Amino acid sequence: MTAEPVGAPSADAALALQRPARHEGPVTSDQEAESDLIGRSVTVDRPRSEVYGYWRDFTHLPRFMSGIRRVEVVDSQHARWIVGEADDQSVWETEILEARTNALISWSTSCGSHLLHRGQLEFRDAPGGRGTVITATLSYEQTGGRVGELLARLFHRDPRMQAYQDLRRFKQLMETGEIATAAPPDAAPRA
Amino acid sequence: MRALTWHGKHDVRVQTVPDPKIVNPRDAIIEITSTAICGSDLHLYDHYIPTMKAGDVLGHEFMGVVVEVGPGIRKLKVGQRVVIPFVIACGQCFFCQRQQYAGCDNSNPSETAGMSQMLYGYAMTGAFGYSHLTGGYAGGQAQYARVPFADIGPIVIPEGVDDDKVLFLSDILPTGWMAAENCAIEPGDTVAVWGCGPVGLFTIQCALLQGAQRVIAIDHHPARLALAQRLGAVVVNFEQSRVREALAELTGGIGPDACVDAVGMEAHGQSVDNVYDHVKAAVGLVTDRTHALRQVILACRKGGRVSIPGVYGGFTDKFPIGALMEKGLTVRSGQTHVQKYSTKLLQMVLDDKIDTTFLISHRLPLEQATEGYRLFKQEQNATTKVVLKPKQSAVH
Repeated sequence: MTAEPVGAPSADAALALQRPARHEGPVTSDQEAESDLIGRSVTVDRPRSEVYGYWRDFTHLPRFMSGIRRVEVVDSQHARWIVGEADDQSVWETEILEARTNALISWSTSCGSHLLHRGQLEFRDAPGGRGTVITATLSYEQTGGRVGELLARLFHRDPRMQAYQDLRRFKQLMETGEIATAAPPDAAPRA
Repeated sequence: MRALTWHGKHDVRVQTVPDPKIVNPRDAIIEITSTAICGSDLHLYDHYIPTMKAGDVLGHEFMGVVVEVGPGIRKLKVGQRVVIPFVIACGQCFFCQRQQYAGCDNSNPSETAGMSQMLYGYAMTGAFGYSHLTGGYAGGQAQYARVPFADIGPIVIPEGVDDDKVLFLSDILPTGWMAAENCAIEPGDTVAVWGCGPVGLFTIQCALLQGAQRVIAIDHHPARLALAQRLGAVVVNFEQSRVREALAELTGGIGPDACVDAVGMEAHGQSVDNVYDHVKAAVGLVTDRTHALRQVILACRKGGRVSIPGVYGGFTDKFPIGALMEKGLTVRSGQTHVQKYSTKLLQMVLDDKIDTTFLISHRLPLEQATEGYRLFKQEQNATTKVVLKPKQSAVH
């Protein structure tokens, strides 16, 4: 066991976080235009094993990641993510790069995809028994064309805002068992 | 169902909208029996709060009968009478565990949470009927409301207790209680309260209950000052007296031990320019509301406490930071952690230790809600509190 302070991001994650750290809070689409690297941390007040375990099962992702419609698990290392809107779907073949129980998951889209997407989640105990700190680092690269346009088409909003919202939804789900909504008309009637 | 909906500045209408439904396991649906217009609703009516959308249902002080519960609700039963806290809180996050319910991290939907994160550094909690900054939840000036996390918020009311007696457990009573608590009152203390609207009037009662030797109330509406006097306050009319001189004289030159800003400011906005412009515009008005907070800070004794229950949303200028620092003042503020106080305050109301009905000046059917807003806005002296009754039919 190394003497790494609890809750401190690793050097890699800290580096990855430098770009988004310039922006306080969610970022507007004009700031986003060409960026392809997203980093963000959230504290979830649940044990590390529970938080890791829920996320490690990728079939859970559509519950809180709004850009992902469905995940089909191929084998222990591979899955198919169906991304985008019903009339404009993409299929991402993804591969687990590394999975360290209760500590780290990283994945990437397989070679040959138009979009190279890599994601990494690190899980640490929050100080003072406050649960688990998740640090997400996501990157997107495209072979030709503008990455922002493709992502905007898939997600219908900028991917940094998407990551912020997805992590909030994940926290809500883990802490309360549900995802807060005021979507009209059922959850919030309006004229 | 019928509901009071917002359409723009000074344009609210009673309309037919869809009924709410259970969408999450911990939801409940309430059939509303009483619902008040809050002073802070006037900020919406005057269109000072950003992120309102035409068609939003207003109202965050309401109570009624449980008509449906989600599968995740165990204790709350259909048929129970409940008062609904205006703050929507999950009960499980870091903040709720510390009874800082108004900081709940999970009740503002992810789609809207980012706006308040931009404004304040961190996302604010969800609340009923109060713009999309606090989630865009439909409010309770309606026949029915969907109540999320209904295992945490709703306060069950025993049979035989009138609505009017317990309705204000939803907001203004706990707000007054917390405002007094933030004064950290010690024996012998004089507490000065700026603003004798509903929150100020409850703060006066609560400060006396919490052991204040004396409460001084400051306003300019004679009817509101009369209510303050009836509750036991010494009153100062700021149109007739110089407030700081009066306070110094009343306290033998020491100054009030604690000062409460129950006025607030109507300058809310997302951009610095927006707010700054509004503040500049307000300087020209007779009832310059930024003036209240400055006066609170300047009037407070050395080492005293400043409590701010009044609503602020943006920025201010000419803030007397020197007086604050040099006198060593303690400032406490915040939206009310309603759920923290529910049990204690319900018991005090049932024991008749707090008078909750004295300030109701109007009881109207929901169908006349538009008139209720007009009265509360335009006839402030005579209109201290409007309560709407959705089950009453309109009188024409």
